[in-house]
Amino acid sequence: MYIAAGRTSDLAAGTDRAPALKRVSANVVALGAVSLVTDVSSEMVTAVLPLYLVLGLGLNPLQFGLLDGLYAGATAVVRVLGGHLADRWRRLKAVAGFGYGLSAVCKLGLVAAGSSVAAIGVVLAADRTGKGLRTGPRDALISLSSEPETLGRSFGVHRAMDTVGAFLGPLVAMAVLALSLGSYPSVFVTSFCVAAIAVLLLALFVRDRPGAVDRAAVSFRAAAGLLRTRDFRRVALWAALLGLVTVGDSFVYLVLQRRWEIAATYFPLLPLGTAGVYLVLAVPLGKLADRAGRWPVFLGGHAALVVALVLLCGPQAGLWLAVVALGLHGVFYAATDGVLMAAAGPLIPAGLRATGMAVVQTGQAVARMLSSVLFGLAWTLWDLRPAVLVAAVCLAAVVLAAAFVKPVRP
Amino acid sequence: MKKLVLALTGTALLVAAAVTYTVSARHGAADAEPAAQLTLAPGRLLFRDTATGRVGAVPLGDPQAKRQLGDLKCDRFAVAKQTAACLAVKPGTLPAVTEVRVLDDHLAVRHTETLPGTPSRARVSPDGKRVYWTLFVTGDSYAQTGFSTRAGLYEADTGQLVKTIEELPVFVGGNRYFAADANYWGITFAPDGNRFYATLGSKGTTYLVEADYARYRGKTLRENVECPSLSPDGKRVAFKKKVADGVWRLAVLELGTLEETALAESRSVDDQALWQDDGTILYGLDNAVWAVPADGSGTPRKLVADAASPAVTG
Repeated sequence: MYIAAGRTSDLAAGTDRAPALKRVSANVVALGAVSLVTDVSSEMVTAVLPLYLVLGLGLNPLQFGLLDGLYAGATAVVRVLGGHLADRWRRLKAVAGFGYGLSAVCKLGLVAAGSSVAAIGVVLAADRTGKGLRTGPRDALISLSSEPETLGRSFGVHRAMDTVGAFLGPLVAMAVLALSLGSYPSVFVTSFCVAAIAVLLLALFVRDRPGAVDRAAVSFRAAAGLLRTRDFRRVALWAALLGLVTVGDSFVYLVLQRRWEIAATYFPLLPLGTAGVYLVLAVPLGKLADRAGRWPVFLGGHAALVVALVLLCGPQAGLWLAVVALGLHGVFYAATDGVLMAAAGPLIPAGLRATGMAVVQTGQAVARMLSSVLFGLAWTLWDLRPAVLVAAVCLAAVVLAAAFVKPVRP
Repeated sequence: MKKLVLALTGTALLVAAAVTYTVSARHGAADAEPAAQLTLAPGRLLFRDTATGRVGAVPLGDPQAKRQLGDLKCDRFAVAKQTAACLAVKPGTLPAVTEVRVLDDHLAVRHTETLPGTPSRARVSPDGKRVYWTLFVTGDSYAQTGFSTRAGLYEADTGQLVKTIEELPVFVGGNRYFAADANYWGITFAPDGNRFYATLGSKGTTYLVEADYARYRGKTLRENVECPSLSPDGKRVAFKKKVADGVWRLAVLELGTLEETALAESRSVDDQALWQDDGTILYGLDNAVWAVPADGSGTPRKLVADAASPAVTG
């Protein structure tokens, strides 16, 4: 968690990132700043929510887990709707802004909901809806604001800035708790203020769909027609298929913890290891994707995950292997998250960009949710290690198939 | 330029608003009421004052009397004989770390253990020699936001700590039970200081486990018994029985016959019940401490408002 401070000052000093920042469009940097600030706000709440619900309100945590999983599924549907409306109304910025605004207001809703579990459920659902609505239009804006040949770099810069916010959020939450003597409403109100700053930045500095507007008809039929274009269909399908055989983060950390007996106190630091590597490599791998082809880098990222999984379950158990595996997990994120959007972008007509991106993301998200359920089942049946090895084999097979059977044109 | 000024002004205003709110919450939390010196003298009902988080006390015979508040802050509180236990989240820790404090009869700290997790249950054995607890721990479970529980105990007389009783060998129907997902919660000891009970959760089923502390092994008695609490005579167990997802009802199990009696409380209760005496059961619900007869008769009675985690000195 404390790596955050160092990394951020690196970014501010602009040692190696300044040239990249200069060469991406101002609109992408503005969107990156909006995401950074928004992530501070949302990660603040994520960090304290379990504590608040269990200790503050005396809610049963198992119920909360159930609730949470349910909403993750609902977001997927809203995402496509957000993308479609943004395209149809030709208002990417407005729809994204509405999503950011809705999530911001929800932070105050948490205070207003008090101890009513039903009200908290509604507020959390609205918060996720806001997140779902904004993602498609935002990624479409990033891709429409960039030169097609530097898309990888643009998404890399955006995702790196986004991750900085995720690092800072829990730190800000801790500071607020310390300053307010443990008042959860103070965390929510501060989170609202931070989110409002992000909305302000969006309103002032982000330009809506720069360049000529494509007058192509935007209808559900046109959107469905997207899936008839060969390359787009392949990207969407392969991304979903890969998602289906991708082992979820929490499982990866769990294997790490079991194998290397990491104390529960340090357990939550593992995701920060992944995020740290992601943060550092998002831009370099984005640039590599621009030069060497986005699809190969995207598949390479999955190959890194295969290696990480094998290391986690292999015969050796040195500590350095755990570090390498965690690093490879970060490489996996840096080589896939933004790069997939960079790969999909040019395959979608400008007028349908938000819809198309939302479709790819939704397919991937739904597949990953399914994969979590399947993996949980495999774990219960076969125990953790065999389950991870089987998942690694499946993932390797799908990566090879995606590379050779029906490849996407670079 | 104009945009930059707007952005800076707006940001400054919002940051100022956040800081103002946060700092004023600090004054609201500062306790106005001076702290009373609480003791474990007999005939007192102690509890967590939910408004301030401080430990409060009223006479057991007159629970409506004005409460005295001590200076100790606890999320869970328990007493037996001359020992008290206080579970409190260590301030400024994310993810949460819990301090388990073992207290003497003047609520002065004798020993502190720092363990990962958030407080769920706390109890002291009837002989006052052991303190035991259940914590919620994040990240152990494979559901992204799932929790699991970890139950442990501390021997106040020898200073030995058992961080988790997960390793306890358990027999189901005579066969040793193994499962990676075994989870324990809600420990309760018999007056002999050796026999104890707890809930074992595994693969979607919960079991009541009866165990021998000296031999360190246990066996399951029956299913669907959570957060057991042994009666002072050691013959019955009060527990919460799951009737639907997230809905529990209080019941009492006769250990000799395994006969079960539903109590008069018809609302869902998610707490480890406490025996005030062999005929009365106390529990926390909706920010209040309630009492209900242990034989299924009568109706629930509100003892103290704005209170949780009841504890009775004897």
